[in-house]
Amino acid sequence: MASLQSLMMRILYAAILLIAVLVLNFSMMHMAPGDVADTISQSMGGADQELLDQIRADYGLDQPFLVQMGRYIGNVLQFDLGYSFFYNKPVTELILQRLPATLLLVFVAQILALFIGVILGVISARKPNGIASHFVTILALFGYSAPVFWTGILLLIGFSLKIQLFPVAGMRDVTIEGGFWVHFIDVARHMVLPVITLGSIFLALYSRLSRATMMEVLGSDYVRTAKAKGLTERQVVYKHALKNSLSPVITLAGLQFSAVISGAVLVEAVFSWPGLGTLAFQSIIARDTPTILGILFFSALVVIVGNLLTDLALRLVDPRVRSKG
Amino acid sequence: MTAPLLKVENLRIELTTRDGVAPVIDDLSFELGAGESISFVGESGCGKSMTALGIMGLLPEKVGRVASGSINFAGEELSTATEKRMREIRGNDISMIFQEPMTSLNPVYTVGEQIAEVLRAHQNLSKAAAWASAIELLDAVRIPNAQRRVSDYPFQMSGGQRQRVMIAIALACKPKILIADEPTTALDVTIQAQIFDLLNDMKRQTGAAIIMITHDMGAVAEMAERMIVMYAGRNAEQGPVEQIIERPRHPYSKGLIACVPHIMATLTEERRELTEVAGIVPSLREFGKNRCLFASRCNMVTQKCLDKRPPEVAFEGQQMSACWHAEAV
Ligand SMILES: Nc1ncnc2c1ncn2[C@@H]1O[C@H](COP(=O)(O)OP(=O)(O)OP(=O)(O)O)[C@@H](O)[C@H]1O
Ligand code: SF4
Ligand SMILES: [Mg+2]
Repeated sequence: MASLQSLMMRILYAAILLIAVLVLNFSMMHMAPGDVADTISQSMGGADQELLDQIRADYGLDQPFLVQMGRYIGNVLQFDLGYSFFYNKPVTELILQRLPATLLLVFVAQILALFIGVILGVISARKPNGIASHFVTILALFGYSAPVFWTGILLLIGFSLKIQLFPVAGMRDVTIEGGFWVHFIDVARHMVLPVITLGSIFLALYSRLSRATMMEVLGSDYVRTAKAKGLTERQVVYKHALKNSLSPVITLAGLQFSAVISGAVLVEAVFSWPGLGTLAFQSIIARDTPTILGILFFSALVVIVGNLLTDLALRLVDPRVRSKG
Repeated sequence: MTAPLLKVENLRIELTTRDGVAPVIDDLSFELGAGESISFVGESGCGKSMTALGIMGLLPEKVGRVASGSINFAGEELSTATEKRMREIRGNDISMIFQEPMTSLNPVYTVGEQIAEVLRAHQNLSKAAAWASAIELLDAVRIPNAQRRVSDYPFQMSGGQRQRVMIAIALACKPKILIADEPTTALDVTIQAQIFDLLNDMKRQTGAAIIMITHDMGAVAEMAERMIVMYAGRNAEQGPVEQIIERPRHPYSKGLIACVPHIMATLTEERRELTEVAGIVPSLREFGKNRCLFASRCNMVTQKCLDKRPPEVAFEGQQMSACWHAEAV
């Protein structure tokens, strides 16, 4: 099956890409001034050259560049991302602890932005001078020009401090007790503002693109055919036109994955969301090299997996992609 | 004589463009009997497709509208019918196939689904029954291996096959009228002949009346009993095909016929298009003027032609021509 084969090729490319990311990551971090020995000595309140050399020898930092890198990549492939001296924990454990919070934020924001964006796009394409269409235009203007942290802080001031509707920071309230649903609602309440902040940028993007493609699709020959069959307006729009207008939006969403991750770092910082972004922020300030490398690796992994998912979604909506691979 | 199946009277369709409102169809009348075939000919831009879309109630939204006149189908007025009623008629009583088979089918659904859908919309069939009918219909339009091809997507089919699928969709509900808007223009010559053959056979089997819009005089001769020559949104000449070919009563039809060397030649032979009357069709802005719109290209033009729109003059054998000098043509 050509289709399965091409999928395997995709996965192979993804693996190669991941190795390349590792090489690049490591080289960059290696070139930056300051290393683990400095960090450790600092936390001990200073050390002489002899001790520094000792530490470097202990952690293999005196080895040639390629040897260090080879060892790093080898370890990563066994899911060993090293040890964080700053947090006193294996990096893998550290990251796996924080990853779910980031994934939750990113996926909920992306999916809501996609869903609402497409619906807004469809409504405004059908009535180019209607309220929805004007809303999309304003949203786009706002979404493109307002920086994420500004939106975030504004929402925070408005809906957490002035009107105390949502919690100010974090992901859950540790004092709350109760069953699954109590915690679920607690997390959901904490998520509202971060998700709106992160989602708004992408909502602007998706609703504009989906309005444009929908308008084009509504003027196409096969939509005229659907009308000539005597189908209802709803069948024409939601069965015949919508499925055709999805591909470009899904493709764009896939391309946005890395932007979503970097957006998440800022949003997490504003709302103290306990995810990878906050971790990255802290470990950069602490010069915690293994943790930074680990986070870079994981964000690359998320982007690559996101792209694979995009690919699968495209296959689902467009039979031509399915057969060509 | 029994009442005609379709009776179009003094139809005026207006388009609102940037330059203002123009009558893209201006005072057009014709009749179509049950099971009859009528052909519309005329150069590009003279309003053939607009006439068809007007009958279907599918004029471009916010741009086109029936301004006056009537479209009467089996005793029912279509120009003022509700959208709901028109949906019941479209694809069921009156069907249409289009010029562009490559883009007229939805790329993301199987052809079987697209045929079955029209059956389900109008005939209350179950999913399975509609699918079975789709296979039968594919077979009827002579797609080999219908059983297997029914799950193909449009991109897996050639242009000719796609047009066959369009014909299957159009005829699925056994309509009383089939409008074919240049169904073969985009296809190879050999395929064109096959499609015309198929349409003729289907017409015989289903008894549908056909409105055939075409540039191809050979197809007119083969497919239709009567023809309407259109020029700039107006009826130039109307009548039985053979009679008009033998003795045209309008300088425009005469020109069209003269520039096609062997009208009755076999259909597989390469035929020339209808664009060989010297000059071009006037722009939409000119359409409403009270004069003969063909005057700029006519070698019989007189002052009268420029002063007033010519009336329709009837001739023997149901032929009529809109020309001041029809007698002299
Ligand atoms: N959506 C539209 N908006 C404005 N003008 C239009 C629109 N569609 C068609 N027209 C104009 O209406 C006129 C008649 O068009 P129509 O499509 O009926 O011509 P036709 O006889 O079918 O030509 P062809 O042989 O090229 O199909 C043309 O001048 C065309 O430019
Ligand atoms: S009315 Fe005059 S200009 Fe028009 S076709 Fe007849 S002769 Fe020619
Ligand atoms: Mg046309």
